[in-house]
Amino acid sequence: MIREITIGQYYPADSVIHRLDPRVKIVCTLLFLISLFVQNSLSGYVIATLFLVFVIRASKVPFRFIVKGLKAIILLLMFTVVMNLFLTKEGAVLLHFWIFTITENGLRISVFMAIRLIYLIIGSSLMTLTTTPNALTDGIESLLRPLNRFRVPVHEVAMIMSIALRFIPILLEETDKIMKAQIARGADLESGNMIQRTKAMVPILVPLFVSAFRRANDLALAMEARCYCGGEGRTKMKPLVYKRQDYAAYVIVVAYVVLAFVAGRFAPLHIWIF
Amino acid sequence: MEMIRARELVYEYEQRDDEGNVIGMNRALDEIELDVRPGQFVAILGHNGSGKSTLAKHMNAILVPTGGTMWVNGRDTKDPRELMSVRQSAGMVFQNPDNQIIGTIVEEDVGFGPENLGVPTEEIWRRVEDGLKSVGMLEYRTHSPNKLSGGQKQRVAIAGVIAMEPECIVLDEPTAMLDPVGRKEVLRTVQELRKRKNVTVILITHYMEEAIDADAVYVMEGGHVVMQGTPREIFSRVDELKRYRLDVPQVTMLAEELRKGGLDIPKGILRREELVQAICRLS
Amino acid sequence: MSIKLEHVNYIYSAGTAYEKHALKDVSLEILPGQFVGIIGHTGSGKSTLIQHLNGLVKASSGAIYYNGENIYADGYDMKGLRSQVGLVFQYPEHQLFEEDVLSDVCFGPKNQGLSKEECEKRAREALELVGFPEKQYHQSPFELSGGQKRRAAIAGVLAMRPKVLVLDEPTAGLDPAGRDDILDQVRYLHDQTGMTVVLVSHSMEDVARYVERIIVMNRGEKMLDGAVREVFSHYKELEQVGLAAPQVTYVMHDLQERGLPVETAATTVEEAAAEILRVLRHGKRSDT
Repeated sequence: MIREITIGQYYPADSVIHRLDPRVKIVCTLLFLISLFVQNSLSGYVIATLFLVFVIRASKVPFRFIVKGLKAIILLLMFTVVMNLFLTKEGAVLLHFWIFTITENGLRISVFMAIRLIYLIIGSSLMTLTTTPNALTDGIESLLRPLNRFRVPVHEVAMIMSIALRFIPILLEETDKIMKAQIARGADLESGNMIQRTKAMVPILVPLFVSAFRRANDLALAMEARCYCGGEGRTKMKPLVYKRQDYAAYVIVVAYVVLAFVAGRFAPLHIWIF
Repeated sequence: MEMIRARELVYEYEQRDDEGNVIGMNRALDEIELDVRPGQFVAILGHNGSGKSTLAKHMNAILVPTGGTMWVNGRDTKDPRELMSVRQSAGMVFQNPDNQIIGTIVEEDVGFGPENLGVPTEEIWRRVEDGLKSVGMLEYRTHSPNKLSGGQKQRVAIAGVIAMEPECIVLDEPTAMLDPVGRKEVLRTVQELRKRKNVTVILITHYMEEAIDADAVYVMEGGHVVMQGTPREIFSRVDELKRYRLDVPQVTMLAEELRKGGLDIPKGILRREELVQAICRLS
Repeated sequence: MSIKLEHVNYIYSAGTAYEKHALKDVSLEILPGQFVGIIGHTGSGKSTLIQHLNGLVKASSGAIYYNGENIYADGYDMKGLRSQVGLVFQYPEHQLFEEDVLSDVCFGPKNQGLSKEECEKRAREALELVGFPEKQYHQSPFELSGGQKRRAAIAGVLAMRPKVLVLDEPTAGLDPAGRDDILDQVRYLHDQTGMTVVLVSHSMEDVARYVERIIVMNRGEKMLDGAVREVFSHYKELEQVGLAAPQVTYVMHDLQERGLPVETAATTVEEAAAEILRVLRHGKRSDT
């Protein structure tokens, strides 16, 4: 029932993108996202599209996998488009009926917002599709390490993230078993109004919490028994080391950002209907 | 020098009522004396609640005695400066295979201990490979632990301990949650480890069959060591074992029944072949 | 009260990379009042099989009849079936949730829509049947010992007054003494109420002492089905799939191979001892 949910989906393949250092992928994804928001010219988007296509091809992830990620935001996407379309009052009026007005600016903004959102999701899902959750955690830990100076427990946070990744599937499976055990005792989880349904969750949640706490306790003991005492003095089995391809990736992404920015500034290519 | 030594070891904890007031002391371990020499295989038997797991936790300094002393490889477990070296010397494998695997990939889990010890990267890789090889799990190194069977998970946990290069491995009911195939798998792994690495093994269990090959057996009940000896000595006292709510292997039980029935069969029979031979001699 | 499975197949995650044929063409019938053991490894399909008996899992193909009625027919009362065929899962921790044992056991009857008094009456009756001590009725179920938790969980299902009781590895995680206590209690229950009991286990030795019939599952298929002695007479096939017969079965076969004229049908220590003593005494008498 519940096992269909996938979290932090990773598409295993052997590609240049997969082999990149996770820090490169995190930083480059952020740069890409920022580049989407600082430009609003057609030429900028053309360059962004070309760049995305190039990265998708290089990652060997099938296009349908990437599209799947978009399904999750379809509601948000429609909402944004509709809001921008009807609520922007500035600019020449293109269409007017009853209380609705569509203006040139409204159309422009809503199209750009839609593209931005879609590219934003594609860009960030490319990162998760090509990076194992573990590598991602390592990357975040390494990038945030400077925050240690401000007493942010970076190592601990990363450890919590990776433990959560390990236990999510176990707890999902356990939830499934608990649900079955209670259904076998006649529990009704599907009918009734909101309050009744919420109440019906109690027999599921209590055993789940009890079990999660027991597991947490066991795990803490097991970690201590294996000499864990925080990040200090720890070495890494898989330390992150930049290789030539990683520097190359940085150069390419920076070049893209500069190009998109320059193109938007000096050759904005004013758009067809406007 | 003994690998593990306990003298007058006592462990007490406070008993509290519903409001959290201390209403008394519970003595989980009472005057335990234990001597395990390097390379020995020692089994500690007892039913649930007999104190055997509490004793095991002392060998890894997860618990420290409230009275008396426990030494691991000559180090007093009460001494906080020795904590890490005690834990490195006596690696521990727990009951629940799911709750002791930390990594999301098999090899990363095995590397967790060495990482904590500050072992250099290349050395970690060597140890991970060696650890996985010695439990026969090398081919699963890049798998997710969630997809493994219970027995395989326990073998990964053992590899994780081996990678810390301990002198002694303490297994706290490693087979209690496994099916018979998984149990055999784990026991065979432990046997091979002993041969290959000459580590001291302490096996906490409630299955008597698992103790047959031990050099020494301790039986616990109510926080005391109530029986102590070689497997043969222990298994020849069937009635006593039953009194301590332990499960005597069917072969031993059958031998006992036959002796009670008047047949001249030696005491303390452990294996099927021994019993068959003993019966055939009589016919 | 019979349960009949006809050519049941179950395939999960069909059409994906994780597709698994968990049950393959399983047909069997469980008769009223029987005490049946289902044996198999982890992954043999035994747990999947019993989840079909109360409709928790729906077969991919094939039919299941409870009392002659097809449970997959339109409008079949599935909730009614679940209170008739009580299923107790492996770990009591997965179902205990109330503040005290008594209210937890009341959960089942409450879901059947019974009055508060009737729920409590049935709960007390069920707790008594599993030998749960009355002075612990108002204790939190989380503070009980492993064996007592198990009893509370079984009572939680019994309180619905099922006609068939299915127990999925009720001894997992218990020590040997706790295991014997629970299995003895289940036998008492069966003798006392005449209820049909299905006991799932991976241990032949445990089951041999209690049940009258054994169904052996292997890789999703029904491998053997018959009376205890009959199933154990296939001990070599059982061993090939990694399911050992009880040790005494091996001893008896070894003795027979060495020329001692023993019957090899013994499945418990008592039976084996009696048989060996009979043969040896008889042999000695004929010598003198």
